Amino acid sequence: MPDSATLEAPQPTERSRRAPRVTAETMATKQREISVSEFFAKNRHLLGFDNPRKALLTTVKEAVDNSLDACEEAGILPDILVEIRLVSEPQAPSRKPQAESETAGRKAQADERFRVIVQDNGPGIVRKQIENIFGKLLYGSKFHRLKMSRGQQGIGISAAGMYGLITTGKPVLIISKSHPKKPAQEVVLKMDTSKNRADVVSETEHPEDDSLFPDGTGTRVEIELAGKYFTGARSVDEYVELTAIANPHTRFTYVTPPTSQFPEGRRQVFERSVDELPVQPEEIKPHPHGIELGTLIGMLERTEHGTLSAFFTEEFCRVGPSVAKAICESVGLSTRYSTKKVSHGEAEKLYKALQEAKVMAPPTNCLSPIGVKTMLKGLERGLKPNFIAVSSRPPAVYRGRPFIIEAGIAFGGDLPAEEPAQVFRFANRVPLLYQQSACSSFKAVSETNWKNYGMQQPKGSLPVGPMVVMLHMASVWVPFTSESKEAIADYDEIREEMELALKDCGRKLKTYLNRRDRMKAAGERRSIFLRYIGEIAKAVSEINGQDAQALYDALMKTAQRKTLEMDQTLDEEGKVINAAEKLEADEAVYVKPLDEHDLIAIAEEKEAARQGAKAGGQPTAAVKSSLLAAGQGISSREPSAAPPPGKRKRKATRPERAEERKPRPSAKSERQRPPSLFENLPPPPKPAPGKHVVLVRKKVKKKPT
Amino acid sequence: MAKNTTQSKTSRSVTQRDAHTMKQLVGMADAVARTSLAYRDPSVEVPARTLANTTFNKKRRTLEMGKAAQTRNLFNVGQAKKFMQTMLLGSGVKSLIDAGKTLSLRGMYYKGLHTIPGTKEKTFADQDESDTILEDLEVSLGSLREELHLFAKKAGTMVGNITIIDSGDEIDCRRMGSGGYAIPSICEPDVIQFKKCDAKFILHVEKNTVWSRFNEDKFWQKHNCILTEGGGQPPRGVRRLLRRMHDELKLPVYCLLDCDPWGHYIYSVMKQGSINLAFESERLAIPDAKFLGIRAIDYDRCDLSDDVQIALTENDINRAKQIAAYPWFTDKKEWQREIDAMLKNGFKMEVESLITKDISYVTEVYVPERLKAKDWLD
Repeated sequence: MPDSATLEAPQPTERSRRAPRVTAETMATKQREISVSEFFAKNRHLLGFDNPRKALLTTVKEAVDNSLDACEEAGILPDILVEIRLVSEPQAPSRKPQAESETAGRKAQADERFRVIVQDNGPGIVRKQIENIFGKLLYGSKFHRLKMSRGQQGIGISAAGMYGLITTGKPVLIISKSHPKKPAQEVVLKMDTSKNRADVVSETEHPEDDSLFPDGTGTRVEIELAGKYFTGARSVDEYVELTAIANPHTRFTYVTPPTSQFPEGRRQVFERSVDELPVQPEEIKPHPHGIELGTLIGMLERTEHGTLSAFFTEEFCRVGPSVAKAICESVGLSTRYSTKKVSHGEAEKLYKALQEAKVMAPPTNCLSPIGVKTMLKGLERGLKPNFIAVSSRPPAVYRGRPFIIEAGIAFGGDLPAEEPAQVFRFANRVPLLYQQSACSSFKAVSETNWKNYGMQQPKGSLPVGPMVVMLHMASVWVPFTSESKEAIADYDEIREEMELALKDCGRKLKTYLNRRDRMKAAGERRSIFLRYIGEIAKAVSEINGQDAQALYDALMKTAQRKTLEMDQTLDEEGKVINAAEKLEADEAVYVKPLDEHDLIAIAEEKEAARQGAKAGGQPTAAVKSSLLAAGQGISSREPSAAPPPGKRKRKATRPERAEERKPRPSAKSERQRPPSLFENLPPPPKPAPGKHVVLVRKKVKKKPT
Repeated sequence: MAKNTTQSKTSRSVTQRDAHTMKQLVGMADAVARTSLAYRDPSVEVPARTLANTTFNKKRRTLEMGKAAQTRNLFNVGQAKKFMQTMLLGSGVKSLIDAGKTLSLRGMYYKGLHTIPGTKEKTFADQDESDTILEDLEVSLGSLREELHLFAKKAGTMVGNITIIDSGDEIDCRRMGSGGYAIPSICEPDVIQFKKCDAKFILHVEKNTVWSRFNEDKFWQKHNCILTEGGGQPPRGVRRLLRRMHDELKLPVYCLLDCDPWGHYIYSVMKQGSINLAFESERLAIPDAKFLGIRAIDYDRCDLSDDVQIALTENDINRAKQIAAYPWFTDKKEWQREIDAMLKNGFKMEVESLITKDISYVTEVYVPERLKAKDWLD
């Protein structure tokens, strides 16, 4: 222990002796306010502008998010153009000498310059708001309200413009037409980072006959920036594809810069597959369980309501007079107590009481889920899989904020069979591309036991198979892990909902996979009979001179009927159940129709695999994948054409494809009719209740008599 | 009764036999055609060649096939291919009868072998598949293999004081050199007749190596016997010939087999017949055959070295227990003791193990001693 007497004033150090001493006064000369813009200009990674690749994506994303929000809010079916142009001739000196367009043939080089153009058919922007929206960070309509929307903070598009300005020195160009009969406004904005506002460089009024906006209104943003265009995972391409999946009500036109594959650039149009706008979510007031103490104090200071009772009932959702009264009484304050008089201590008590009060969960009309039908459409169009199951959970609440989790599984088709499943993550319909492993949805997928649903899964990681897992969180406030909105924070409530939704889809997948296995067996069965009948007819004819053709025809007919009978499933009471119908009747499931050609392919693959196994070899990956590719759906149902459940007419939707009725829901219900009844010609007879014969008849070993 | 049936079958003339087989064959095809044309599931009845369908006739001391039959249907995923193969081989047999020719089992396999049109699948995966179907065909048509114009490859050798006529050629089995007379697959009276026999008994050994030892030592000359060998489990031809010599020449049969479950089962098959071919026991089994050795006690009795021990495997032990539980073994206390002794030893021994004593110990000491002492198992 140092003696207190030894404590002395600190001696001046070497450094301080040489340099003039820094005083509070000198320091004060350097202390000044930091504008938000400056902060983010230095910390652009916080907003998703870490590197040129990501910057390009973030710019497109922010612009598209805004466009979609605007269109939907205005009740317009969005029609959005995304164009990325390679600016081959730099007009301002960039940090490195500009690579000429010879690089365009190869993968685009870093430091290339692009002009990102995003145009929508939305309501347009009023002239005087243009500077604020595009030039000011943290300016927007979405931050203060509790309403589900893609954008939240009002940072995105202005940050993109700022990034463009920093990297290329080019201002942002905005053309907006807010009324069909008024001329479009063209504004060129240059951001002043130190002041967090934008200066208008030029302003032009376009003549009224401007054909840029055929729908009468709309907004076009052009930002030039240093970026890097690439394809594949986490690219703009992927972003556009995923956005199209989650927003099938939107028509996207997407034009890429030149690539090796498309030297002229590639123009893709993602047509609309749903003609209804998502239900426009309502704005809600904060829920008592969803606020922090500071928020409460702030609200008390700002409120126009004089009494506590009025404050609680008017400023919060789900708080009625009786709840307000209970809250006030529990802290010993009158309901008529003035909000202005609430002390810090009282506020703390009130906050505690609020948290403990029994309040209904927040209303959920503030949420607009994608919905099962739309998800099916989006996944089907985007992935062309053989099977899709989707699930939309009932609303739940985290920290007083309502949210809805939706999940989807797409399986088969051209999806890669040997790779881990892809996880498509969405928050309020916006795809999340970065920081997958930090995301709650990723954890939910890898924590789900996919082995239960017939998938392979290395311990603690993603399932392996031709599968895409889609997870969507719709909420008035999605808890992102950072401002760049890349990953959903891992709240237990959220992850649990995600897991429940995944399990729901997983169960349906399992049913489908079981059915597919059974179908393989059925296909094999069919093909076994068909293959051997010719040989048999010929051999018998050789022995006894019977007409081979007549035998063949007769056997063929029997074979068809037999397979049909075998493919039927009987339930416990001996009634024929059609699992295909059951799965098909499920509105949240899509099964790709399967034709006769597929069945033969399945059987041949199976035979090949068996012979491969016999020869000691494993079935090749090709065989495996084609097995997967082949043995898919059964139904001829198109999701769009599906009449409401219960009203579907089987015969109408499935014309004369009797042989296709084969699936069974599970091994347990596998039943076969007694062979003695085969003599009756179709319709197949039903066995007496309670009598079951197992599908595969065991060899009969009779005891010698 | 047994003899009558045997004779009635064997004494049929070739044309009679062919007519019988053809009738059976066409009957089968007609039944299939009839059900097919009635849009029903065609089937053939195949008597079950299983242990459960095998009974031991205590009076005759042979195995008999029971009445249980398996229905082989076309429209059954597990049976369709076998059904097709049965028809295919049936038509093959018919063409053999028509042409008046015979084929080996392997030849028949090739005759039926082709790729099914429009697929990559072959009618038979291997010869075993075809052989099994031919056995099925035998039992379901009630015709013997030779009646189907089929024969197996030769596997068996004979030498000794006997002269036979094989397809008209006189064979003196005393003058067969070191190789011996190869016993054909078909040993029916119309193929083989016995001309002159001086031998007093038959010594059957398990395999060719042991047989060569006995032949080189001229054991059959010294002890006036016939020496045969069946290449392990003796094929039908060897068993048929032994049975005929035993019946017609009144020669007792002694077997010298390995001390292991395999050797025990060879003896069981020679004596009672096999489960697989129980329907032929009446023509093949030799209920009076004796088991000379090797015995489990020989390890001590002959003072053999440790080197001859071959450890019993899990399979061997299970098989030994299985054999001991066969109904035709359960009543034989000596055999139960023998198998017990082997299991207690924990090892098996081959006949060749006696060579560790002396090259000719088995021919000069072991077998003569056993025969003299009438020391055998029944």
